[in-house]
Amino acid sequence: MTSARFAEPVVSALALFTAALVAMPVLAIALLATQPAPDVWQHLIDYVLPLALRDTALLLAGVGLVALIAGAGSAWIVSRYDFAGRRMLLWLLPLPLAIPTYIAAYVYVDLFEPLGLLHRTLMLWLPPRDALALLPGPRSLPGAILIIGMVLYPYVYLSARAAFQLQSADFAEAARTLGAGRWSIFLRISLPMARPAIAIGLALVALETLNDIGASEYLGVRTLTLSIFTTWLNRGSLAGAAQLSCLVLAIVAALMTLERYGRRNVTTEFSSENPRPTARTPLRGFKGRLAFAACALPVLSGFVVPLLFLVHQSMRRSLLTADAAIWRDAFHSVIFAALATCVALVLGFATILAIRWRPDRWRSLAANIAQAGYALPGLVLALGLLAPVLALDNGMNALASHLGLPLPGLVLMGSGTAAVTAYVIRFLAVPTGFIRAGFERIPRDYDDSARSAGASDLTAMRRIHLPLLRPVLVGAAIVVFVDCLKELPATLLLRPLNVETLATSIYQHASRGSFEDGALAALLIVAASIGPVAWLTRFSDMPRGPA
Amino acid sequence: MSASRLFIAFTAAASVLTLSTAAFAQSGEVNLYSYRESKLLQPLTDAFTKDTGIKVNVVSASSGLEQRIKAEGANSPADVLLTVDIGRIEEAVQAGVTQPMKSEVIDKIVPAEYRDPDGDESGISMRARVSYASNDRAKQDAITYEELADPKWKGKICIRSGQHIYNNALFAAYVAHHGEAKAEEWLRGLKANLAQKPSGGDREAARDVAAGKCDIGIGNTYYWALMMNKDPDKKPWAEATKVILPTFAGGGTHVNLSGLLLAKHAPNRANGIKLIEWLAGEHAQQIYADANYEYPIRDGVAINPTIASYGKLKADTLPVTRIGASRKAASTLVDKVGFDN
Repeated sequence: MTSARFAEPVVSALALFTAALVAMPVLAIALLATQPAPDVWQHLIDYVLPLALRDTALLLAGVGLVALIAGAGSAWIVSRYDFAGRRMLLWLLPLPLAIPTYIAAYVYVDLFEPLGLLHRTLMLWLPPRDALALLPGPRSLPGAILIIGMVLYPYVYLSARAAFQLQSADFAEAARTLGAGRWSIFLRISLPMARPAIAIGLALVALETLNDIGASEYLGVRTLTLSIFTTWLNRGSLAGAAQLSCLVLAIVAALMTLERYGRRNVTTEFSSENPRPTARTPLRGFKGRLAFAACALPVLSGFVVPLLFLVHQSMRRSLLTADAAIWRDAFHSVIFAALATCVALVLGFATILAIRWRPDRWRSLAANIAQAGYALPGLVLALGLLAPVLALDNGMNALASHLGLPLPGLVLMGSGTAAVTAYVIRFLAVPTGFIRAGFERIPRDYDDSARSAGASDLTAMRRIHLPLLRPVLVGAAIVVFVDCLKELPATLLLRPLNVETLATSIYQHASRGSFEDGALAALLIVAASIGPVAWLTRFSDMPRGPA
Repeated sequence: MSASRLFIAFTAAASVLTLSTAAFAQSGEVNLYSYRESKLLQPLTDAFTKDTGIKVNVVSASSGLEQRIKAEGANSPADVLLTVDIGRIEEAVQAGVTQPMKSEVIDKIVPAEYRDPDGDESGISMRARVSYASNDRAKQDAITYEELADPKWKGKICIRSGQHIYNNALFAAYVAHHGEAKAEEWLRGLKANLAQKPSGGDREAARDVAAGKCDIGIGNTYYWALMMNKDPDKKPWAEATKVILPTFAGGGTHVNLSGLLLAKHAPNRANGIKLIEWLAGEHAQQIYADANYEYPIRDGVAINPTIASYGKLKADTLPVTRIGASRKAASTLVDKVGFDN
């Protein structure tokens, strides 16, 4: 086939392009960091970093643990057991993704702080002072860990679920014949096999936590990211902020390398003579209800409670009739998010496919670079994108003026391309990570067999890889799409004149201290997310072997 | 979706957006980059369009707009930059993205302390940073900022992060008044008086006072008015407190400034100046002050009744530029005394 001959160079070129795209803002930030930042570091080392590093580490560890238990735990239960309510949970479990972290923070502070719902309920029986003493105090590090963990666990859930689905039953059955119990199979077989996928999910949780400014500032947690902005905005040192961003980037890169190094000897390509999906064990009675409750708890706290709060606020403020412009905002959100999702999925797939076809140092490096964008907080990424994007824009104008053509204006900035590019760069780590983990579980024997049967690499990709990767691709698409809908800092800085998205609309109300007025916009983000999640989970629940 | 179809879809969507937003340099338009939320500006921009026939295109953000204008360079569509904080005014002037507006109208209307001496900036409105004092437990009717560090308030004050721009500007004013050493001592005293670790926003300060967690919360003038008039859920928080306008010893109440700047490469320079002058006019000042519960920048415009109920504002006369120059010191001190820890 002629198309097959061109496939490899095209995919490699795409991989290279992807790496260059992500490297662009990173380099721009690195360039900013080379400017002198006098007395920034002495100050940071003396007064800021010790606490910020400690709190950031505690926050990341805590949120990671919550996400691991809620995400991997629920993914395991719905993948291995059948029980009443499971189908409903299947499409509810990823939905906390649609709740921006800062919205969750506002909601829980409102419910649990003094004079909130809980306090008022307690006051029915107790004097106000005593009731006050019983409140849990969401504005604290533990509060932040629980709140952020409960809305971010779906990253782990989605990647873990895809992994559990791809696991062949043979291993578990072999273990069972050797006398292993359920727990032992979960802890010693299924969990280690799903480790690359869970690691990706946890990395996304960690990076999303690092990206957060709104929720952690509101909840009183001083993170490294907050220090970046204080250095820039209050101490007027963009260079110092860029240097701090580079430090964060270096820490993230070191952690990722460590994780990969940690499983260098772990074989994750499990081959099986006749791989087939595990049949789900039916659970009835108490056990079934227990399984339901275990999976319902994260859904309840990460999704249902914030949702009910938003619905309640929208109704009592009669927002449904108030704001016609919101539908245009929703349109912008969906268009931007859909474009970015398609581009990110294609580029992410190409990047990993390039390694699969020709595993060499350069292609691995390209894939690693492609994942770096997520490590930049959104606003830092946006700042890093300004220079290269506008250099292109201004270059086009210079060229047009040189050729005597009418000036096009700032096309990339004015069309929203800059904002969409920011989404792609920031969220590329999701498809790249998911697909990488997916490929690691497809034995190379398959590729070899296909090749020896005379199929081209392109055919093997279409007939073997893509079908096997479907759950992974579906998970990645949901995550990127919803992440784009929620993205705020880069959208704020890079969007064209007169363009609002749902996220910027919520923000406008929140920054006036009345986020409840943005409840309808927040609900529309949820609504826009439910569609794809419901539609896509339908496909992901058809575990099929590569037979 | 194949790559080529994707590209077509992308281009199509991009051009739709371009069509809806492009045509920057047309004569009947002005482009406004704003730190004030664009949706809140709409009544004002609509009124401007009605008065002048000039269409206003807006983009609003929370930080980085001067960086964007700088990167956009000579092709930048920005005509006017609207800030809601002294710090951003300073940033924009320092970034070199502004030009003098040379407007006699502005020079006549806007008091000198709220203008940049070179004419790059003009104030449009003010808010004060004040105390929300408990009706039941705070017996005083007047208070100084200095007094907030008095041990008699130990465990009785609630405030948001010391690095938040509102507090940053207040603390910078303190530094400008008393010097760094005194300011450090004061911040340590204030820190020792806090009922809890700084967190939340200004509304939470009122809420914590209402709930009995503290006796004094620190917040901006307009939040109290918004809670009182626009938010039935939060009205009890405002009702449990009274606003006291604190003063610096020997000075006035700390005010922060919304300012207007003319962009260096403004493609619609004349329209930009027209917008700035119109915003300083009585009609616009009235809309702006009422919609946002801010103090008008000029005389002859009625202050919103809720805001007026706080008592007569004796605004601190410290020049804006001096507060701006002390922001870094204030931020450094906040870290040094562990204010947010």
